[in-house]
Amino acid sequence: MNNIILSIKDLHIKIGDREILKGINLEVKAGETHAIMGPNGTGKSTLAAVIAGREGYNVTQGQVLYKGENLLEMSPERRSREGVFLGFQYPVEIPGVSITDFLKTAINEHRKYHGLEPISAKDFLALMNEKKKLVEMTSNLANRSVNEGFSGGEKKRNEIFQMAMLEPALAILDETDSGLDIDALRIVANGVNKLRTKENAIVVITHYQRLLDYIVPDVVHVMYDGNIVMTGNKSLAMNLEKHGYAWVKEQLDIS
Amino acid sequence: MEIVKQDYSKFERQLKIFFEEKYQDFSLKFPERAVAFQQFITEGFPTRQLESWRNTDLAHILNDNYHIVAPNDRNLLSTAAFHCNVQGINVHEISITNGFSNQKLIKLDNDVIYGSLQEAILQYPDLVSKHFGKYNKHLDGFSSLNDTFWLDGAFVYVPDNISLDLPLQILNAYNWDEQLFLSVRNLIVLGKNSKMTLLHCDDSLNHHRALSNSVSEIYMDEYSEMDYYKLQNINNKTAIVNRIIFYQEQASRLNANQVSLNGGLLRNDIHVKLDGKMSDADVSGAYLMDKNQMIDNHVHVHHAVSDCTSNQEFRGVLDDYAATVFNGYILVDKDAQKTAAQQSCRHILVSDKAKIETQPFLEIYADDVKCSHGASVGQLDNEALFYMRSRGIDEQNARTLLTYAFVSVVLDKIKIKPLRERYADMIKQRLSGNLGICGQCVLDCSIKEKMEQLDGLKLF
Repeated sequence: MNNIILSIKDLHIKIGDREILKGINLEVKAGETHAIMGPNGTGKSTLAAVIAGREGYNVTQGQVLYKGENLLEMSPERRSREGVFLGFQYPVEIPGVSITDFLKTAINEHRKYHGLEPISAKDFLALMNEKKKLVEMTSNLANRSVNEGFSGGEKKRNEIFQMAMLEPALAILDETDSGLDIDALRIVANGVNKLRTKENAIVVITHYQRLLDYIVPDVVHVMYDGNIVMTGNKSLAMNLEKHGYAWVKEQLDIS
Repeated sequence: MEIVKQDYSKFERQLKIFFEEKYQDFSLKFPERAVAFQQFITEGFPTRQLESWRNTDLAHILNDNYHIVAPNDRNLLSTAAFHCNVQGINVHEISITNGFSNQKLIKLDNDVIYGSLQEAILQYPDLVSKHFGKYNKHLDGFSSLNDTFWLDGAFVYVPDNISLDLPLQILNAYNWDEQLFLSVRNLIVLGKNSKMTLLHCDDSLNHHRALSNSVSEIYMDEYSEMDYYKLQNINNKTAIVNRIIFYQEQASRLNANQVSLNGGLLRNDIHVKLDGKMSDADVSGAYLMDKNQMIDNHVHVHHAVSDCTSNQEFRGVLDDYAATVFNGYILVDKDAQKTAAQQSCRHILVSDKAKIETQPFLEIYADDVKCSHGASVGQLDNEALFYMRSRGIDEQNARTLLTYAFVSVVLDKIKIKPLRERYADMIKQRLSGNLGICGQCVLDCSIKEKMEQLDGLKLF
């Protein structure tokens, strides 16, 4: 029981009058990597946003527990400090704030929350250098403003770099593979793989099986129309790739 | 049209009585002061009927009594000279307290001259009269008043082909236990192919109201270069009417930057005249205002000849009931072909009570020009706020970081690294509410101030 990191029960979400999530159930344990697949507009990103604490979503039913605590009551910053990380599908550009300042502030807020002293400049630099290697990031990138003028690949790499710096217990990676060429995909996926441990959990949201060749999931879920309609192992992803999402619909109609 | 006068009578009346009494003191050597005062009587203080004062009400400032600084006040107002050291920067310094320069006049080995303007008039009458009053523009009653009542200020002369080794700092401080009305006059002359960095600070050292009416004329001869950094951090009762006129000859280059952190009413008229081909002016500024503070910036760039470039870039952050006016004016004369002039002013309103009036004016008589202007008023980017919070950054801190980032674009214009860092530090303190204007020193920080006694200078 202790190793359950995320437990979602019968989660219903509305945006305005429209119901987007219609009773999601999901359990993710420490050491596991889950993949959530599905066509556009089925609520995958909504699920990620709700876990991270984005405003504008109305929880009408159900609960989300993170390490046994009610996640939905926490502010986004507290979720982060408790170890929840969202890799954004569209990372935000913040002109004027350098990656260094941004991450140093974030890390120190995490440390303060856990009753630790601020990180020293020397230790921070060492940490940056160590983690930069993980995503093969060039050093001058860190001096640039957060995501400003970054290519699609650089932005996604920067997300994984931040994940590496913050060492979350639960990382939700929302379409981290979109907009990446083969080389960038390999770099990002390798970065994620290096961050997998027995203590943390990763949820990868993707359209394509391609990413899962690199980040091999323990569990694969298929979302359709606001619900998780299939759960299986890696072969489920292969079947999807082979038959397309129409196949999911057929299977649903049969049952 | 009948002009309805606002009630500025209290201080106007006081000025009239004062001038009649002290007429002798003021006009002994400068009979033109009487003419200037007559002009003031005719035009009075600017009212909101005047387009350039349409959004700025002076009533609360002018319905008050002031100690009008007079020639024989030099000894009375003598107080310790204020020094402000920015770590990592050595400067040549002119400290002006309550309108009087604490230095006489210094001449360096390379013939650079700096110090008191009054002293310069005595020692270098030809040099001063060649430039004094030649670039100033009559804008309104405040112009006449400065012509009437100015007593002292800073004088700087950089000869041809000289690059001033250190930045020169003009510290303009108010520190008196009465409400003061001051009229400061500065004259800076850059010779051909010369170069200098000027730091110009307005500071109040106590919480008394002051009304400061200053005029600075800056002449830039051919191929000269100037980096001008103005810092305004004065108390919330004090009003500043600050006129700076840059006159640029051929291929001169100006980088003028102004950061305003506190002040009751800050009115800045920044005028640039590009009167020599291939000259370039970059005028930028950042302001952070809250409570009932007000800043009114009028930037006027005049392209008088062809092939010049100019850029105006201003960023403002307004909280509480703060108000701002930004008027950016570009005038392109008929012969000023191949002009490239741009202007941008962007603002963030933190509260829904803060007010902003922004107006671009483009007056273009040439046909081969490239001019652009842009103005925006907005809030902080919610997506960016969420992004930062999702990384564990507290909402308030995220706001501070984003606001800082917004104005930091303007800080990038500051070329001296320690100064830029100092500004950045002050702005961060300002944003987190820690930079006020403390009783002793507005630049309250790690800096050590030195207080020195004045040697009594007597110029009149």
